[in-house]
Amino acid sequence: MIMLNVKKELSSATGKISLDVDLNFRNGEFTTLYGKSGAGKTTLLRILAGLTEPDEGFIKVGSEVWYDCHKKLNLEPQSRKIGFVFQDYALFPNMSVRKNLEYALKSNQDKTLVEELLELVELEKISHRMPETLSGGQKQRVALARALVRQPQILLLDEPLSALDSEMRFKLQNELLKIHQRFGITTILVSHNMAEIFRLSNRVLIIDEGKILQDGIPSDIFVGKKISGKFRFEGEVIEIHQSDVIYILTIAVGNNIVKVISTAKEAEKVKIGNRVVIASKAFNPLLMSANYNQ
Amino acid sequence: MNVSWDPLYLTFKLAVITNIFLLLISIPLGYWLAYSTSKFRYIVQALVSIPLVLPPTVLGFYLLVAFNPGNFVGKLLRSVFDVQLVFTFEGLVVASIIYSLPFMVNPIQSGFQGLSVSLSEASYILGKSKLRTIFKVLLPNMKPSLISGIVISFAHTIGEFGVILMIGGSIPGETRVASIAIYDEVEALNYDTANFYALILLVVTFLILLSVYLFNRKSLKAF
Repeated sequence: MIMLNVKKELSSATGKISLDVDLNFRNGEFTTLYGKSGAGKTTLLRILAGLTEPDEGFIKVGSEVWYDCHKKLNLEPQSRKIGFVFQDYALFPNMSVRKNLEYALKSNQDKTLVEELLELVELEKISHRMPETLSGGQKQRVALARALVRQPQILLLDEPLSALDSEMRFKLQNELLKIHQRFGITTILVSHNMAEIFRLSNRVLIIDEGKILQDGIPSDIFVGKKISGKFRFEGEVIEIHQSDVIYILTIAVGNNIVKVISTAKEAEKVKIGNRVVIASKAFNPLLMSANYNQ
Repeated sequence: MNVSWDPLYLTFKLAVITNIFLLLISIPLGYWLAYSTSKFRYIVQALVSIPLVLPPTVLGFYLLVAFNPGNFVGKLLRSVFDVQLVFTFEGLVVASIIYSLPFMVNPIQSGFQGLSVSLSEASYILGKSKLRTIFKVLLPNMKPSLISGIVISFAHTIGEFGVILMIGGSIPGETRVASIAIYDEVEALNYDTANFYALILLVVTFLILLSVYLFNRKSLKAF
């Protein structure tokens, strides 16, 4: 059990905000922090890791107190059992993949764990390579494996997948799931990606201006009572074309282009570049395997 | 032509010894200047950088006054460490360290500042001390800055004249380095001997600088 009750004044781009949270995390829980940039997500991770000192409050992990403002106690990052994957990965450029992992070993720790982790994230073949020669996905896996060498109690992931394309994202989400199932580490992830949150986490915290707005399981928070048997997509009109008495609108929805028909009356109201919502009753949809990986 | 290798030997001995001390001082000092949030860092930065703008004779004059065995600092050095720094080789080393300090500290400081903060933070989270982080992570990743600091301070020490003349004079085998010897020989109208020393200094410093530019094109950005 992790108890986190902290306050801190932050100056962000939009002015001063005060981070003020009181949270508990159960052991083995996979939590996602979701919110706008500047909401305090990264600061929260940094406070847990001991990289940023809060103004007041306490942090207790299991029976260990990591921070207590009244006792002037603030455990240094070195003494906290934390794994941290930075947004920029922070791989040491002067060390090979294997050396990056070995660096994290304690002085008397057995090296077999390094081999095991290299195998787990499928890096054995490139373990001699230097970080600058790796792709984004490979770097991310090295950073993740390195964070696990110390066998941390808590794994903190600061938007580790944000710089990757969707295919790589999917693969690494699987890796994260595998690792979470294997080691059962309490994990806190910062993410903006809805699919990712649904796949990975069993709890989501929505944070805004330093305060927790919502706390619950992803399907309750994001879908909630809005389930209505309708498809609803938002998109941008990129072409309007008249065909006899009807109009055909070409709309970009995410990465897909769809054509929909509209009446002259509807078409009058939209211009190219407008954002529109397409909705349809979903009584009889066709479900086909999309084979995401191919 | 009456040449002696002593001045050249002295010059390079001075540059090597000065450089070793400069490295030992500049790594902690550069680290502190790069990461400290203390208000004093501006004062320290200004003091370190003074030799960049001050005429060497001014620096040499104050060192001469300070190290004079009749004065407080000179007396203290004599009684505690049993050294005399006026007109001795040791004095040249101390003066050279002060004179070349900004040329070592500045590149090292900007080397530290050029590294992503997350590198040291990642190292701390992996349980490593600050000292280990400096030697295993930070310094190995700022080699261009270190090399440029070492080479430029080395070349700068070779080229010293004013400070040495003030505090060391021209004692053969003790303080008569090549740049001083050249001046003396010209005064004595021994142009050939002067040319001998001058040419060697010219060629050596050119080769040193050329090698840095070739091996390490980015490293001189600190200046």
